[in-house]
Order: sequence, then C-alpha cells, then structure tokens
Amino acid sequence: MATLRREIRIDRSAADVWRLVGRPELLHLWFPGIVASEVDGDTRIITTGTGIPIPEQIITNDPLQRRFQYRITAPLFTQHLATVDVIDIGDGTCMVVYATDAEPAVMALVIGGGSSGALDELKRQMESGIGPAIDALERV
Amino acid sequence: MGRKILFVTTDQQRYDTLGCNGGTLARTPVIDSLAANGVRFERAVPQSVVCMPSRSTMLTGQHPSTHGVWMNGVPLPVDAPSVAAVLHAGGYRTALVGKPHFEPFLDPFAKFVENRLAREGKETEIDQPWFDGSRGVHRGFDHLEFATHGAAGPLHYARWLNANHPEAVGMFYPVLDPTFEVNATGGGDTGAPQAHVNRIPKEWYHTNWVADRTISWLDSLAVDDDWFCWMSFPDPHHPWDPPASEVGRIDWRDVDLPAGYPAAPAERERILDAKPRHWRMWYDGVLVSNYEAPKHWVPATLTSDQIREVHALNAVECELIDEALGRVMTAIAARGWTDDVDVVFTTDHGELQGDFGLLFKGPYHVDGLMRLPLIWRPAPSAGVMPAVVTKPVGLVDLAPTFCAIAGVPAQDWMQGHALPVDDHDAEARGFERVLTEWDSELFGVAVHLRTITRDGWVCTAYRPGYVHDGTEGELYNLGDDPLQRVNRWDDPACAAMRGDLVADLWDSQPPVRDPRLALVAPV
Repeated sequence: MATLRREIRIDRSAADVWRLVGRPELLHLWFPGIVASEVDGDTRIITTGTGIPIPEQIITNDPLQRRFQYRITAPLFTQHLATVDVIDIGDGTCMVVYATDAEPAVMALVIGGGSSGALDELKRQMESGIGPAIDALERV
Repeated sequence: MGRKILFVTTDQQRYDTLGCNGGTLARTPVIDSLAANGVRFERAVPQSVVCMPSRSTMLTGQHPSTHGVWMNGVPLPVDAPSVAAVLHAGGYRTALVGKPHFEPFLDPFAKFVENRLAREGKETEIDQPWFDGSRGVHRGFDHLEFATHGAAGPLHYARWLNANHPEAVGMFYPVLDPTFEVNATGGGDTGAPQAHVNRIPKEWYHTNWVADRTISWLDSLAVDDDWFCWMSFPDPHHPWDPPASEVGRIDWRDVDLPAGYPAAPAERERILDAKPRHWRMWYDGVLVSNYEAPKHWVPATLTSDQIREVHALNAVECELIDEALGRVMTAIAARGWTDDVDVVFTTDHGELQGDFGLLFKGPYHVDGLMRLPLIWRPAPSAGVMPAVVTKPVGLVDLAPTFCAIAGVPAQDWMQGHALPVDDHDAEARGFERVLTEWDSELFGVAVHLRTITRDGWVCTAYRPGYVHDGTEGELYNLGDDPLQRVNRWDDPACAAMRGDLVADLWDSQPPVRDPRLALVAPV
C-alpha cells in the first residue's frame, strides 16, 4: 500500500476550517477537479472534471478530533483510505493534513495528487473569506 | 521578414540512432543531410533525463531546479517563462504540434490546461497569465495540437483516431496496465517488455499525424509570416510498437548487440556493482525508484534477443520520424521558405536500450540517457558554415538560440546561451560545463543526483536518499571509457579531478525555485 500526505497551514482557527472540512457535501467547492459531491447517509459520490463518478464511504466525521475519513469503494482500488485532519496550532491558526493510502500504489498519486491543490484552494478561500465554499457556509 | 524556426523534438532517442552520429541501424538521410549542411553537436546534454523536466527546460531556458519541474508528475505552472511567448511577443506565429508534456497526462480531475484544451478541441487558451504579468495565448502558442504514444487519453491525436479510425484504437500497446502501473507485458517475437505488433496502418500512426498536422498549420500561414513551430514526435519512446507493415525494414535477428551491453552476466554484474547501489538493485528487481520503468519487470531477465528486437523496433520508429520530417521539409520548400528556415533537431533524453543490461530510463547519468542527438541547420540565408561542435552544450541553450535566430534579446531568466556555430565560437563564449539533475521521491524512495559534464569527464555526486548516504558518486572519463564502465569516483589517481569537478558542480548550481512545486501525478 502506498501512502501520500499533504499539509498546509491556514491562518484561520481550526474551528472555522472544520466548519467546511466537516461538510462532505461541499467538497466540490474547494477541491479543484471535483465538479459535484452528493451525500446520502454515509455514502458520497463525487464526480471528477472528466465526468468520472467515484463512490465513497464516509468512515469518520468527528468534530471533536476534527478528523474526516473516507474510503473510495470503486473496484479500481483494492484498498483506499483518505484522512483529513484539522489540527489546532494554538495561536489562532491551524494545520490541515490530507493523507491518502491506496492500493494499487500508483492510485495514491493519481487520486491523492489532487489534494495539494485542494489544500491550496481551502487556504485561499478560508483566509480571503471569498469563494464558493464560503458562500455555501454562509447560506447555512 | 525574419528567419523562421522549425524545432523538431523526438522522445527518448539515443545519440547513436542517427546515421550522422555513426548509427548504422536506422536510415536517417533527412536528418543526416541537415547535419551535413549545419552544425552537429557531439556532446549535447539534457538537464534532466525524464520528459517533463527536460521539456520544461526547452521551453523556459532554465534548469529544473529553477523552473521547478523536478520530476514527471510535477506540472509546469501556466505562467512559467516561455520562449514561445517571447517569440510571440516579437511577432512570430507560434505552434506546438505533438507531445507537450509540460503537465501530467494522468488527469482524472481535468485540472490541467493542455488536457482540457485537447478535450475541448480548442487551438489555444487566449487569456492565460504570462511570466511577465501580461496575458496571452497559452504558454505563448497560437496553436496547439497534442499527441502522445497511443490512442488513450484526451489528446488531439487520440480524439482524432477515436473519431476517424476507431478500429485502430485497440491496436496500440497499452502503456499502462490495469492498475495504472507502467506495463511490463512482453511482446513482439522475443517477449521484450513494451514490444508489440501494432496493426495500425502507417498513415494513421502518430508520427505521420504529427507531420500532417504540422504541414496543415504551416499551410495556414501567410508566406511572409515569421513562425516558430515545435514539432514534437512521441517516438521512439517505448512502447516499441511501430506499424507492423514497417517492422520488416529491419530484421532483429540481423542486429548486432550494442557495444554498451556486456553480454556475459558476470561482466554486467561486476560493472553494475562498481556503481552506486541503486544500479544493481534495479537490475535485480529489488528497487524501482521511479515511475518511468515498469515496476513488475526485472532487468536481469532481459535477453540478448530482446535487446536486438528493441533496437530494431526503435530503429524503425527513427526511420519513420526521418521520413515524416522529410515530408515537412518538402512542404516548407513548396512554400518557398527553405532559405529562411532554421531547423533544430533534438530529443528530451536518451534511452538505456540494453546498456549495462538495462532498458528505459531512471537515475542513471550515463551516455545512454545523457548524450543526445542535436542538429542545428541554420537558415541557409544566414551563411553559417557546416561544423561539428565537440564542446558540451545543453538543452538549456535552446531558448536563447531561438531568440538569437529571431533577432530578439535573450531574456534575463534564461540560464543558457545561444548555441555556438563551431568549436572556436564555443571556446570564445565559454561553453565549458553542462549540468544535469535528478530528483525522484516515490512512496518513500528518494534519489537525488547532481551531475557535471566538463573537460571530457562526467561527474555525478549523490545527495542522501533511500539507499545513498550522500558520499557516493560516479566519475567517468569519456575519452578512455566511452561506455562508462569504470567508475573512478574512488580512484586515488583521479582524486584531484574529482575534487575539481565536484567543487565546480556545487559552485555552478542554479537558483532553486521556492516554494517547491508539488508532485501531483505519476506522469
């Protein structure tokens, strides 16, 4: 199994960032290349920019630890686990860590490689207060 | 009206595959003629031995450390410096036809502009950010039509083949296996990895398509347009699956084993054991440090016949490229442009092709991967005399060369110098050293090499990595050891030379892009 980890520091509180990360139906608003995400119970189906639907099972959505985990259940993967942790640094900022474990190994890069762009976009929206995910949160 | 530029690149082609460089297998009369009437470089060296970093160097005129594409899978930012943009701003019409590979091909999220342009059938993106703060066509190209090694993916050639000849789509060798690893399946007559009988008609093969689309673009131009056309053939990169109708040109049974292949296993292994550990570890199938070689193939299983067949198929692909280039040169002549067209022919990196019992490419800075074909046939109107340049030059020198041809200043961000027209010119302008780098980090396996080519030596220093502690190195005397079989790194008699080269290597390192760009895909 291959493992891939990306992380970014965001100049917003962990609680603020978790408000977005803990909303799995809003993923497409901050993950570039995902154009739709639909949640039904513990199932999420994302659609990539090339039109590929990818089914996922939500494993963990823990607001206390601020940890979100999901598993891609598409047959191309024999194993997959993605973990997004929002970690309070203690100075009003936070670290977001996006980890992907997958088998076949190369799929960790094919799928997980997009997470660095997602973290960049998450940071941009959270720090600027501007963006579709922020708009969606404000409509709640 | 100025000089026009036809920039021809191939993918993964060895120096010794051209007749003008002493090759005897492939017939390359078109390129040989360009060499006879132009400048042939005997020591052209890439700044990286894999596609994306090397192609990014061609476009930016910068070393990989500076443009930031440190390995395949790291996309070149859309606003990276681009010689095409400089030429475009100087009034040139600009096109790239064929293999780009500035951005990853494996792109399920459709994040990359070049894949998207192909998918949408667009010629370019007209409002992209440029390196200088202005905006314009994508990377400075008016016209983009893309191809790679087969019919998979979103690129223009694949879409064309799917639309017009769907029966041919499945004829190509599948580059990746069902788990998206580089395919290790053998084929052909010998079971050589990535050898394959491809029933596609020659007319539908990507080499022909690239030439056809280049001619079509050239025909769309006005006679007095200045133009820069990068014609980028995907071959002779593996898979080795040229059209079956052409395979009979060269019977692999008649092919001599290459000089770089020690046929006796004990001799091979003795040579490999004198090099840093990852050489032998890859040969034995213990360590695959990069994505570019099949993970499930063990080089030690490579047979002499497989090497012969790979060489034969590769040579067929080289011949097809030469013929395709000939058609483009004929089209140029038909427009009356010949006297004003500079032709530059090269490749992004080489191919081991049996050297040391290895195939493909990786962190191995030896001639198989590092000695490139480079031919520059200046526009006859420029009056440059034919010459052979023996001094080392790099692909980093291409961008300023294009500027010099076009009569526009080389840019401050370019790190090379316009190519010399002969050895006297090279001497006068200080062509002395070329740098090459390798950085791979794949699932915990890191390999980092820095290499200098100078004074007839190639010296590689290793930084700490997965199997290296940072003390290892390679030192080869190209004069008395042209096959790089004797690693003199630890030879006391060469200590002074090693010390001088290593000091020069570290003193000459280019600026490093900060922050580092992320690896986002395998390739």
